[in-house]
This record gives sequence, C-alpha cells and structure tokens, in this order.
Amino acid sequence: MSERKLFAHELEARLDELLLLSLRQRSAEEPAALLEVLPRQMQERVLHWTGVAAQTSGDLGWLIASLAAEQAASLGPHVDDWARAGFDAHDRSGLAAARTAMNEFAAAHLGSASRLPDSVSFDAIEGRLSRFLHALEGRPLRLVSGPTAWTDSETLWLPERLDMATDVVGNRLIYKAMAALLWAQTRYGTFNIDPEPELELWPERGQALAWFALFEAMRLEACIGVELPGLAVEIAGLRGPWPADLAAAATNLARPAATVADSLACMAELRRVGAGETPNFPHIGALDPVAARRVRAARIVRETAVLRRALKVLRGTGPNGADANKPEYPPLAAESEPQAVDPQSELLSLPPPAQAAARSLMQDLGEIPPEALHPAGPGAWQAVDGVEPPKDASCTVQPDAFYDEWDYRRAAWRRDWCHLYEMKAPVGDAEWVDEVRTRHAHLIRSIRRRFEALRGEDKPQRRQFDGEEIDLDAQVEARADRLSGAEPSPRLFIHRRRVERSLAVMFMVDMSGSTKGWVNDAERESLVLLCEAIEALGDRYAIYGFSGWTRTHCDIYPVKRFTDRYDVATRSRIAGIEARDYTRMGVAVRHLSSLLMRQNPRHKLLVTLSDGRPDDFSDEYRSRYGIEDTRHALLEAREKGIRSYCVTIDRHGADYLPQLYGPAHYSVIDDAKKLPRKIAEIYRKLTA
Amino acid sequence: MDAPKPSARAAVRADVRNLATPLVRFDNEPYYQTIGDELTVFEAAARSCLPVMLKGPTGCGKTRFVEHMAWRLKRPLVTVACHDDLTTADLVGRYLIVGDETVWMDGPLTAAVRAGAICYLDEIVEARKDTTVVIHPLTDSRRALPVEKHGEYIEAPPDFMLVISYNPGYQSVLKEMKPSTRQRFVALDFDYPEAEIEARIVTHEGGVDIDTAKKLVKLGQLTRKLKGAGLDEGAGTRLLVHAAQLIANGMDAATACTAAIARPLADETDTRDALDDLIRAVF
Repeated sequence: MSERKLFAHELEARLDELLLLSLRQRSAEEPAALLEVLPRQMQERVLHWTGVAAQTSGDLGWLIASLAAEQAASLGPHVDDWARAGFDAHDRSGLAAARTAMNEFAAAHLGSASRLPDSVSFDAIEGRLSRFLHALEGRPLRLVSGPTAWTDSETLWLPERLDMATDVVGNRLIYKAMAALLWAQTRYGTFNIDPEPELELWPERGQALAWFALFEAMRLEACIGVELPGLAVEIAGLRGPWPADLAAAATNLARPAATVADSLACMAELRRVGAGETPNFPHIGALDPVAARRVRAARIVRETAVLRRALKVLRGTGPNGADANKPEYPPLAAESEPQAVDPQSELLSLPPPAQAAARSLMQDLGEIPPEALHPAGPGAWQAVDGVEPPKDASCTVQPDAFYDEWDYRRAAWRRDWCHLYEMKAPVGDAEWVDEVRTRHAHLIRSIRRRFEALRGEDKPQRRQFDGEEIDLDAQVEARADRLSGAEPSPRLFIHRRRVERSLAVMFMVDMSGSTKGWVNDAERESLVLLCEAIEALGDRYAIYGFSGWTRTHCDIYPVKRFTDRYDVATRSRIAGIEARDYTRMGVAVRHLSSLLMRQNPRHKLLVTLSDGRPDDFSDEYRSRYGIEDTRHALLEAREKGIRSYCVTIDRHGADYLPQLYGPAHYSVIDDAKKLPRKIAEIYRKLTA
Repeated sequence: MDAPKPSARAAVRADVRNLATPLVRFDNEPYYQTIGDELTVFEAAARSCLPVMLKGPTGCGKTRFVEHMAWRLKRPLVTVACHDDLTTADLVGRYLIVGDETVWMDGPLTAAVRAGAICYLDEIVEARKDTTVVIHPLTDSRRALPVEKHGEYIEAPPDFMLVISYNPGYQSVLKEMKPSTRQRFVALDFDYPEAEIEARIVTHEGGVDIDTAKKLVKLGQLTRKLKGAGLDEGAGTRLLVHAAQLIANGMDAATACTAAIARPLADETDTRDALDDLIRAVF
C-alpha cells in the first residue's frame, strides 16, 4: 500500500464502491473532501469501518463515512472504538441510536483528552464485577451501565465511567464498593418496608432519599462485615470516618439486629432535629424505592405462583414414595414424591426453578408466605404459562422434508408439522475470510500447533524403550550385536499409539434475525477459526445454517456439507452467512441429526452456535413449547448416539441450557467479541 | 561373547523386581470425615464382592475415602492414575527382557487380583476405551481376569475389590463412560461437604484455627458459584487445605489464597481479578 494520501476523487470512488451510492442517488463528494486532509492510515481505517458497516446496512455505512469525515481527525487512534460504539448502539436500537452513540463518544473523547488518564470505564470492569457479584449469595443480578448507581433489586446500574479517585486502583475500588452496597440492598432487605410514610414527611424528596441511602449504607456495611469482613474493611477505608454528628447513628445501625426500619427511625430522628446538607460519599448510589418495590411486588407474585404450581404437582401425584426427588430436568419433577409434612423438607424436593423461587421469596420476605405453600389449581407443573398455538397458512412450493414436532402439553407429536426447505446458501465475499485469516494469523498458528498435537498416530511404533509388546526384530538384532561384541540397543519394544479420532461434527449455526451485527460477525469469524483448527485435525465436519419463519418455512442453508472441501466456494459461503428470521430449533436439530447419522465415524457431535433461546414468529414457540420441542429433538439425537453441545452468546443461557443440553454440555460466552478466541479452545476440550 | 555372569543376572532380576506394583498397606488411619452413608454402602459392597464407582468433582475426597476404606477393611491398596495413553498391558502386565530371557511382569490390576487388594482406578474415563473393557470380566459374576498374553485365567479372591472414580463434570464427548461399563458398579455420589464439616476437615488437614478454616470454606463456596460463569469447576476441599497449609506455615492469608486457590483455578484476567476480589472480601 502506498503511503500517499488519497485524493478526494479517489476517496469518493472508494466510498461509492463500498456503499453503492450512485444507486442511492447520493454523492460522497462532501465526506470525501473532508477525508482528504487525513493521513493515509486514517483514511484507510475510515474506509475499513465504512466497509464493515456497509455489510450490516448501507445506511450505517453512510453514517460512519459522513460522521468520520467530521470527527476522525480529533479521534485519532480511538476511531476503532468509536466505530464499535456505533455498531453496538446500532445492534441494540438502530440507526438513530448509532448516530447518538458516536456523537457522544466523540464528545466524551474530546472531554477526556484533558481529563485524568486514571479513570476506569464500566466496560473495563464489567467482566470482573459481574463474576464477583455472581459468586456472592442471593438472587442473580444483572449488571448494566447507566447515568447513576442504583438498583431495582434485579438489575444493578453503575456509572459509565468513574474518575473520582486519583488512580485506577481507587476508581476500581469505588466501583466495587458501589456494586457491593447495591447487592447488599437486595440481599439485606432495603426494599422490604415501604419507606413512603417517612419520605412524605420530608419537604424535599431528593434530600430524603439521599439521607435514606446514607443510613442504609451504614447499616448494610455492617451486614457485609459479618459475611465478608475484608470487603467491609475496604469500604470503610474508602469512605473514611463517618461525620462526628452521625457516629451515634452509625453505631446504632451497625447492630446485627438492625433492619431497614431502624434506618427509617434514624431519618425520623434527624427530621425532628433538622437535617442539613447530606454528606457526600463517592460509593453510595441513589435509591428509588418506588421502582424497586414495584419490581419486588411483581417478582413476589410471579414466584409465589411458580412455587404453588410446583407444590401442587408435588402433593397431587404419586401414591407411593418413588425416588425421583432430584430430577435432572424440571418437567420430570412431576414424578412422584410422597406427601410431605414439613414444608421445609418439602421445598427441598422441588425442581430447581421452584427452589430458586423459594429462596428468592425468603430473601424478599424473610419467610415463605403461607399462601405460596398452598398448591395451585389444576395444571401440569411448568415454570412459565403456555400459550395456545395459532394456525398458520400453508405455502405453495413443495418442501424438501416434513418433520414432526413434539407438543409437550399433549405429550404427543404434531405430525408433519414443520416444512423444511434446504435452501441454497448465500454466497459472500471469500476475501473476507482471507482478511479474517490475516487478522488472526497468530491465533490460527497457535491453534493449529495445539491441534496438530491432538492428531492421533495409528501406527505401532517400533524400537521403543518401553511398550506393550516385544519387538522381535530388535530383539534378534540386539542378541546378534551382543554375541558379536557390539553394544546392543536397549530399544526392544513396540509401542502402539492408537489415539483414534473417529469423529464427525455438525455445526448448526443460528441465522436468526437477532444475530444481526456483531453476533453474526463473531459467528462467521469463529467458523473460519474452527475450520482452520479442524482441518489440522482431520475430523469430518459440516456447517449448516438454520433460520425460519413459522413452521411452514423452516430453512436450512448448507454452508459446508461433509463432502465439501474447505475451499474458496466454502469460504465464500461462510462469509455469506447472514442474519435472517427466527430460530425454530427443533426441526433443525432433527434434520441435521438425520444428516449426521449418515456419517460413518463412531462419535457424532452436534454443536449449536446460537445467541438465544428457541424462538419463532407470532408463535407459541418462544415459550416453553419451543424449549420442550428442542429438548425432545436433542433427546432423540442422543438416542441415536449423537452428542450435542451448545455455545451461546446469551447471558441468560444458563437459565434454560441445562434443560436442553444437560448440565455440562454448553458454554455461555458473555461477549460476542470473545467468541472467535474461545471457540477453538471449547472444541479442543470437547473432543480431547 | 559369553552370556552375563550369574551374579550380574541376579542383580538385573532384583532390579526388575523393583518395578513390581507396590501394594500399599495403611497402618495408621487415613483421616476421613464421613458425610453420609458412604461407609456403610462401601462396606456392604465389599462384603458382597461388588465393584464400586465414586462420582464427584475434583478434590472432594474420593481418593482419601478409598485409602480410608482400605485401612478400615485391612486390605492392601493399588492405585492407578488413568491417563489417555494407559494401555491394557499397563494394567494387566507385559513381558520384559532381562538378559537373554523374557520375564513376565504383572501389571497393577493383576497384582491386585492376586493379592486380594483393593484396586483403585482413578479417573477411569481418561483411559482408552479398549482398556476399560479388560475390567469387565472382573466386575460381573465371573470375577476373573483373563491374562491372554501369559495364558492365565486368574480368579479373584473374595478380598479383591475394584473401585473406579469418575468426574461427571467433564465436557469432552469422547470421555463418557459407556453404559456397559457403568452398569456394573455400585455408585456413590460425592460432593463438597457441608460448610461446618468442611471447616473441620480444613482445620484437621491444614492445621489452621477454626475461624480461618471457616473463611476458607466460605471462599470455596463463593468460587463454586462461579462454575459455568468463568470457572470450569469451583475450588475443591483439596485446594482449601493447600491454602490452609500455606497459612499454617506462616504465610499471609490473602497471599496464600491467591497462590493456592485463585491462580490454580483461573487464567482469564476478569475471572482472576474477580477471585482476587473475593479473597479480599472474605479475609
């Protein structure tokens, strides 16, 4: 590549080519003129991101090109992050959001140029904090970024960026203390009492809430101190001593028996003597008791219902005590359990979702409400309510195959319910694959090295120091050597290494609409890396995409059949994988496992790459029906001797994947961008 | 040239004898904290000459349990750590060349059968599939080991007992036990002990006071919640004991936990940092 800057007319031509502007009757003249002044390297970056964006949508490409013309100069090396911020926003909420996000990023960047370099961003700390919170007790919490730190008792919001402390370590600590206090609010009952009667007595609600948050922070710090003393010490060190006039309140609230009522009592006390300005502590977030209590109330209703349904099944079935009290899958919990007298022991025999609901209720209410212990009315146990299936119009072209679908409510098949079409896989740009291979050249090299080590040798190795059999030839030679006075070789054995990799793998790739954007890119990149890895191993493999639109349009796209080689045509089909419609998984699993069954190797593996639960358009499929059908399809595959495994980018995957694939047969990747790096390792572990 | 002198030959033979499988006998009671009815089940299985399978995550006391039972039943113990290169010959035995002769050398399994010992195959799924088949005749009513290469059919004495262990948390599809193997065993499920019992174990094995032990157990429980969310498996009791031993040797608690628990568990930065945060939170 020459180092010469591109002239405006050249830039215009390149942009036109990337965005097909002439077809849209737009002109790239204006952005091209602005881009002309940039250094060549920056021009190439902008063109690169424009091209990437254009793969998602032409409008996004145009947005990138036109915004970059104005902002790229000031962004400098951060232009990559800037573009990614735009993509993320586009994936979440569309073009307008992308424009806002990129403008904000550029503004923030301008602002931060003069700011301390020691601030910490939410993105940088999210992975660490979410794992930390995950390990702590209590109901699982979601972690997202927002303008202020607060929690509605199911989600924690933390600020986008912190620069209150002078160094990175200090800012990280503030993040941790904030998150810990918010966690403690949900764990130690901040929302268990309605604070409104007290809050209403204050002239100013904002001030009242600030004092409430402060008193709660005092109380919760002591609560944390009991379970996690080290953390409490860190928080205490961070905040410094409490103001002298509040020391008494702090001591009072640190009693082990103190509850949120005591915090409110402190507020009433303070109101009588007259409250001043609330002292400011960096780690104390905001409180919104109204929102939190609304979420809490909805949760209590939901979980009470779950519990009652589960109890109903527990008590209503099974004349004698069978032993199925720890079922692997919740629906099977419907199997018998004798009448239990003690509600506590009864709770222990509930299916996992109901147990989680019971624990969560205990956390909210301190006990299981008596009404939750009354079984619900008629109906089979299910954590979620089902919906009635609508009827669908049939289609005109003859499908390639019909598949039955499992209806768990009827416990019966819907015959020939799904119409399967084997479509022609869309063809993309094979050069994209080359670009990925160049970009990940280092990773690919190391993957290949590791995988080649896995490849089995089939031959007996002769003349070894050690082995199962004696190598007679070597023995005869050694004897002759010794008789003739030469030194005999000690290598007298045959060692047989029979690391047989008789394996056929089918990759089932989710091409649903929700994968549009980063997830789709991550899937394609992962497939490229996987192909490189598996080529090194010599396993038989195939890649099929699946998507669909109701039961009458279930589409399968052969990207690489077992017989196809990993050549340019295959590569361009990998590049051509795109986001389409919905995820009707059961039929795809059935079709692909039937293809897999025609393969000879002894071990057969079906790996699903996906970004969410089974789903279909205006259909009951996204409810439990879909999960049950998919589970049934996977069980059928298992009966045929096919093992299945799922790699998903859905953070909530752990909620339903154990039901579908079994406890150890899935991986949840929390960030699409990490997928390509992790996928090869997952495959290696899976087949090592 | 002449054959080696008789004295030299005897020396080589003595050398070869060193290679024979050692039968471990326990004179002192190996520490084991009973959790449920595993003792009763194991003893009953031993009386009924049935093989036993121990299932459970790593570091939860399976191996120690077998050692304890060997002591309790007063039988010698042969332990084989299975690996993916373990061949039938490694288990059953092979011919060795000593001087001009071939000498048969019993493998650990054969040695255990002959001696009426407990043979413990640790992590059986790691072994090659064809290897696991040789234990089949030992685990049904035949209770015998055919040693084809040596032309022998050894019937197991009543004291012989086969014990295997298996970690069902493994993800590899090639490493699952075939039903034909599984269905020969009496199975015992192992899991991490309850907090109080585990603290007692950590105190006893690690030599720390009960408060430190409780904190270590708390940390262990927190890491176990990360299984599937960054960790393949949480910290087993063994890791907690290691940390306790470092602390008992005068190391600072946080450093000991980082070295003995956090680092062995995770490589990934986020997870490692989160573990560090947890350690600091508990201590």
